[in-house]
Amino acid sequence: MAADSGLAGLGSEGLAVTGEPLVVIDRVRKSFRNVPVLKGISFEVSAGEVCCIIGPSGSGKTTLLRCINRLEKIDGGMIYVAGRPVGVMVHGTKLREMRPQELADQRRDIGMVFQSFNLFAHKTVLANIIEAPVIVKKTPRKTAVADARALLARVGLADKADAYPEQLSGGQQQRVAIARSLAMNPKLMLFDEPTSALDPELVGEVLAVMKDLAEEGMTMIVVTHEMGFARDAADRVIFMDDGDIVETGSPAEVLGNPRQPRTRSFLARVS
Amino acid sequence: MYSHVTKADAGEPMRQLDAKDIVRTPKPRQWVGTVIALLFGSMFLHMLITNPNLQWSVIGHYLFSHAILSGIALTLELTVLAMLVGLAIGIVVAVMRLSDNVLLQRISWAWIWFFRGVPPLVQLIFWYNLASLVSSVSVGVPYGPTFISWQTNSLITPFTAALLGLSLTESAYAAEMIRAGIQAVNRGQVEAAHSLGMTGAQAMRRIVLPQALRIVIPPIGNDTISMLKFTSLVSVLALPDLLYSAQEIYARTYQTIPLLLVATLWYLVLTTILTIVEHAIETRLRRGHGSGPTATAAGPGTRWRLIPAWQGSVPKASP
Repeated sequence: MAADSGLAGLGSEGLAVTGEPLVVIDRVRKSFRNVPVLKGISFEVSAGEVCCIIGPSGSGKTTLLRCINRLEKIDGGMIYVAGRPVGVMVHGTKLREMRPQELADQRRDIGMVFQSFNLFAHKTVLANIIEAPVIVKKTPRKTAVADARALLARVGLADKADAYPEQLSGGQQQRVAIARSLAMNPKLMLFDEPTSALDPELVGEVLAVMKDLAEEGMTMIVVTHEMGFARDAADRVIFMDDGDIVETGSPAEVLGNPRQPRTRSFLARVS
Repeated sequence: MYSHVTKADAGEPMRQLDAKDIVRTPKPRQWVGTVIALLFGSMFLHMLITNPNLQWSVIGHYLFSHAILSGIALTLELTVLAMLVGLAIGIVVAVMRLSDNVLLQRISWAWIWFFRGVPPLVQLIFWYNLASLVSSVSVGVPYGPTFISWQTNSLITPFTAALLGLSLTESAYAAEMIRAGIQAVNRGQVEAAHSLGMTGAQAMRRIVLPQALRIVIPPIGNDTISMLKFTSLVSVLALPDLLYSAQEIYARTYQTIPLLLVATLWYLVLTTILTIVEHAIETRLRRGHGSGPTATAAGPGTRWRLIPAWQGSVPKASP
């Protein structure tokens, strides 16, 4: 099924066909120095869906996420976002890698939140948020600043606009990072273990922002160890182990009543 | 050892010792050394003050003379210009060195190899004599018609030769420093920029370079002090910098030592000022530019700091 929509995506370059899933992961393979980390992964994410990927470290979930906005290149299969192959241009039957500008244009629509926040260390919170809209989208500065302030209010940090990242707690930094991604109005948001680097008491504030975002209908793919978040906010949970999808289904199915022994033993260890 | 300190060994009842009662350990050798150093120092000073060959009155006479002061102006001008040109070229060369383009990498490698390998004094003389190698410089189609042409001799004045030699040497060193600075910027900064739709060039210009340049400010300060001294090489081109101005005077008056001392004093004053400025900048960088409370959970920090402490505590992302 994934393969079918994958082929359909090939011809319709740049066209998001209505009814098609927003993200198609089709037989994706990837190795690091001959060590396979993704062994032919396929799944789809519809618009508005919240998909949580769980699994032990080294299972390939972070790599998969990084492949979706081409921070990593894949060796086989294809990834489509909004009907367009990621990082690849299709000319008839020929595929070529995107030029830097083409890739940058595609990445505008895919927001990403990192485990280590990665706020621009030399810029204030406000400057972090308006950077991409002003530089990439050429949004007028005034508009960008107004938008940024609205986003900061949304993540509960209206008073931190002029602070530098390192003056903020980890939880605050991560909320700024989410606001920074949202400033580009992405169609899809990727979260790479967004709370793993946080002190336990700061996890809640970040998850609350993510839940709000999910309720507003943002399409989200979240790599996480927070089973509580997966249970409450996810429409679907994917359990990965050793470069493969072991089990997928609703949170109730995968977390509440796992069918696979590997899923069961993982869940027993984390909770 | 700890267990050996019993009531009997220490001769003191336990739980009555207090670290605040510790007295300074006497350091007799340090005292002897100090006395000897003072002795030699005073002999040297005595020689300086009483030796008539030093001619302190001559030094006083020329210290603020017009020729010397204009020499200082030229020395400072050369230092600033050579550093600015050198840094500008260095940034370009560093970025080329780290680009994905193999041709640019090689050109950058060759540039650094050449300009770090040839002594600046040789370069100064070489540039000055460029006319005997290339008689004119022109803009046009290669092997075809030319549009504009200049005589090399009119382009290469002693000043431009000096500036070329000094700044090109500096560019090679600056390139290596800036390359290290760029590599020291956390990889996550570029990934974040990419994920926001910035191209590699935008990320380099807006995100990486500003942080890399802050990292290399201390070594650049150091290079500036070196450059101030290297400018004395231009005296071989008869360019009236601080040293050559002093030389010009003693060539007439034969007061060699006093005038060399005039130059020495001024070089010391200038390098001292630059050192103080450098220290001030470094302290300011370390303190965090006074941008409000910086003491976070990450420890006493600065927003200029290279890798914020929290990144050290982040577990490595799973592949």
